[in-house]
Order: sequence, then C-alpha cells, then structure tokens
Amino acid sequence: MSVRLKIWGEYACFTRPEMKVERVSYDVITPSAARGILEAIHWKPAIRWHVTRLHVLNPIRFQSIRRNEVGAKASAANAASAMKRGNTEGLGIAVDENRQQRAALVLVDVAYVIEAHFTMTARAGAEDSAAKHISMFNRRALQGQCFHRPCLGTREFPAEFALIEEGTPLPPSTLVEPDRDLGWMLHDIDFAKGNESRFFRAQMRDGVIDVPPFDAEEVVR
Amino acid sequence: MSTPVTQRHEFVLYFDVTNGNPNGDPDAGNMPRLDPETNQGLVSDVALKRKVRNFVALVKEDQPGFEIYMTEGATLNNQHKKAWNALLPEVTKDDEFKKLPKDQHKAQELTRWMCTNFWDIRTFGAVMTTGVNAGQVRGPVQFGFAKSVERILPLEISITRMAATTEKDAEEKGGRTMGRKHIVPYGLYRAHGFVSAPLASHPTKGTGFSQSDLELLWQALGQMFDHDRSAARGEMASRKLIVFRHQSALGNAQAQSLFDRVKTWRVHEGSVQEIGSTATDNWPPARKWEDYKVTIDREGLPAGVEILEY
Repeated sequence: MSVRLKIWGEYACFTRPEMKVERVSYDVITPSAARGILEAIHWKPAIRWHVTRLHVLNPIRFQSIRRNEVGAKASAANAASAMKRGNTEGLGIAVDENRQQRAALVLVDVAYVIEAHFTMTARAGAEDSAAKHISMFNRRALQGQCFHRPCLGTREFPAEFALIEEGTPLPPSTLVEPDRDLGWMLHDIDFAKGNESRFFRAQMRDGVIDVPPFDAEEVVR
Repeated sequence: MSTPVTQRHEFVLYFDVTNGNPNGDPDAGNMPRLDPETNQGLVSDVALKRKVRNFVALVKEDQPGFEIYMTEGATLNNQHKKAWNALLPEVTKDDEFKKLPKDQHKAQELTRWMCTNFWDIRTFGAVMTTGVNAGQVRGPVQFGFAKSVERILPLEISITRMAATTEKDAEEKGGRTMGRKHIVPYGLYRAHGFVSAPLASHPTKGTGFSQSDLELLWQALGQMFDHDRSAARGEMASRKLIVFRHQSALGNAQAQSLFDRVKTWRVHEGSVQEIGSTATDNWPPARKWEDYKVTIDREGLPAGVEILEY
C-alpha cells in the first residue's frame, strides 16, 4: 500500500557522507531522509518504509551558513563515574574550549513529494495488519499529526508536510532542469549489518527520481 | 519533578534588535547574518539555544536537575554540584530495564541519569560517546532559524580606541587603533519552534522534559535577551511569544496552518499595511517595535488547539 506525502521547508541539508565536516548537501533529498520523515509521522517495529519515488518540485539552489559548533561528544565514561559518585562536578563541555567553526552548504526553499509503501517485518504481531498501519499513517498525515517534528536532514530545518490523497494530482513543479544525473547518492544505511551504507545512481528524469529497492542489484555497498 | 509534557506545542517568538548585532556571521567578518537572496536577517537556531541555556544557568544556579551540559566560559564553577537522585517514575520499574541486554541497560540508565541532571540534555538532547544506540538523546524542543520580517540594512561603524595592544602599534600609530562594529539599526525577527511531546514522555525515547521545564522554557524565551547584554548586541528584547498548545501528544492540527495564523503588518501614522505592499513604498524604514503590528487569527481554530500568549 503506497502513500504520497508532500514535504517542504525553507532550508534543508542532506549531508553528503564524503563532505560531512564542512557539510555539503546532496542536490535532493535522500531515500534515507525521506524514510526518516515518514517514520516521524508513523512508525512501529512491525513495519518498514520503502521509498519508491522522489519528485523534486522546486529549483535546486544552495546557500552557505557557517556556525560555531562543538567538537566533542558527551563522555559516557565520565557520566558513569559521576553517576557512581552522585556528583556532577566536572561533567560538562565548555563550548568555547571545544569550538569548531563549520560551514554548511544547504539547500534553500525545497519541496518534494515522497512516494513510498511499507512492508510488514518479522516483528509484526497478530494485531498488526497493513490496513491498520496505512490508515493510521493517512489519518495522522491528514491532520498534521506527528510523533516528532520531521526535519529536512537536520533538526534545525523543520519540515512541513501534507498528505496527497489518492486520486488528487501532484502539485505543480517549478524545477528548471528536470533531467539530471545526480551521481551516486546514499540510499540508506543497513542497520542490521553494522550500519553499512548503500548507494545508488540517482537519475532525475522529468523531475522524478526512481529509487530502486534497497536490496536491488544496482544498489552498491 | 512534575510530570513529563504530554501535549504537542508550536511556538512563534518575535524579538527585535536596536543598534546591535543579533548574530554575527563568521563567514562574513562578523557581519549580521543575512539571507543573500532576500536580504532578510537571520539568527541561527544554535544562537537562540545558547541564550536559553545561559538564562536557565542563571536562574537555576546550583539547583540539582537544572545543570547545563554545554557551558560557556563565564558560568560559575560552583562547588556543590549535587546529582539529582530521584529518578524518573518509569525508571523505578527496574524489572523492565533488566530484560534488556546488559550494555543497553547500562546505556539507558546512563542516559536517564544525564537527562534528569542536565536541563539542556532533557530539552535539546545530546550525543554521548557510546556505541549503543541509546547514547543519543533527542530532546523534544526544536528551533528553526529566526528570520527578520523585512529586509535589514547592516551598517558598519568604525570606532577608535585610545590605546594600543602592543608597543609596536603604540609607536607606529600614535597609540590609537581603529576597529569596526556591525549593527542593524532595527530588525524584528520571527522564530518558529516545536515541542514534540512523545520525545518528552515516551517510556523509552522520552527525556522526561516536564511541565515545569516547559514553563521555564517559556520564561527563558521571554527574558533571555535581558540577561545577554553586551557591546555587540545593542538592545535586544523578546516582544511576543505565541504558543499553540495541542490537546494530544501527536497534535491536533497542521503546524503550518497554525503558523499562518500569526501575521506581521507594517504600521505608519495609523495606517496598517501588509509587509511588502506597494502602499508602503514611500514609508520610512521601520525603526521601532511600534512600526509593526502582530495579529493572531483566532477564528475557526481547529478543535483541540489553544493559543497562549506570553
């Protein structure tokens, strides 16, 4: 059972893994980011979303933003010892001592339509039926409900969304260069195999990118 | 600690700046951030979050459970950092925890402990250096970039200092050095934010971000600029905070339909016009909060959504 969801926002950053320090976004949304958006609206361990097509509705444009970021993660070892002592002394990150200035080349004014369907997983119980999950998703998307606010790549770029109901036409596109070879793009991450990334050759034809199934032959590791 | 937040919220924050630099752009020699296509001013999400953190550190100083993980140099090195021992209610259900694999159990316990002690982790989340997935905390509160409602005009002000840093400078330049300062004469900025209730109250994913934490967040948004005075900032102030409270955790209306209800208008000599309207072409530029008007359309509000103003 498939769904179509329009998403849009002022900024987006679908970071290329090869340029993630000074982030550079892919030209369009990745299937993995699209899946994340669907999961923000409705997801249960019983289902798995598969993105089949991505429609690009707006011209692809970039903007650079440089920000002061923190170069360190919270230390779990320090936290564990602090927990044992029952005292938070010395725990914390002084941001001005761990500063990294990083630029991000982000997309501006984006809009997409995600076409996707889901399959049931091994964790589906007797009470899980495809019909139940599709109606839950549709109801939520229609009413603007979400588990958490979906974002366009990173959390500072919130995504707006609207369900495109069956039978209604797709929104018009203002894309200027509808046919484009977008090169190799991240398809998704294989969480079952130690977070292995898989890539596919993204070809945009008439503003539409056909996404091959995750385990298809043309999806490479 | 009060109960975790179980209702979704969206908020619109208006703040303004007079003769100051709300957020410098490190790429442009610390000029105020600009959207190069529209010349609207920007303030990054992280800049706003920094101010919220600083405010909470200030008002809740030394209170267990309200510590700030991402500290700034100026924060006091207080001696009595006591951990908050009362864990969240669902954590006491230790049996459920013990069913998990040992490392995951440990990681979850650690995450909980961090969330209960650090207000900013509970609110905005944090990433911990563990391989286990539970080492990543997503907080319920999310900010977008703030954008000025109209174009801004950044000005460069040259200033002189009657002293030199080095002796060489002192000899060559006669003891005087020049500097530059960037200001925005006036700018009204609008920021959007989200509070995703499940990330606060969900039994495993929730951070325990509570009702009183939420009240503190509203207070912080209202007053954070009052405690962030500096030579660069000029006069900044929160002008209006509009909160949409949904009845349910998942929400009762589309976020964009709620944001669209809040509109900004230009005001000049009693006349009110839409921003960018041709009628405003020969109006003088806005230089104060009174040159703008903010309206909230309360008509036909979707069921289960209430509007709160702070």
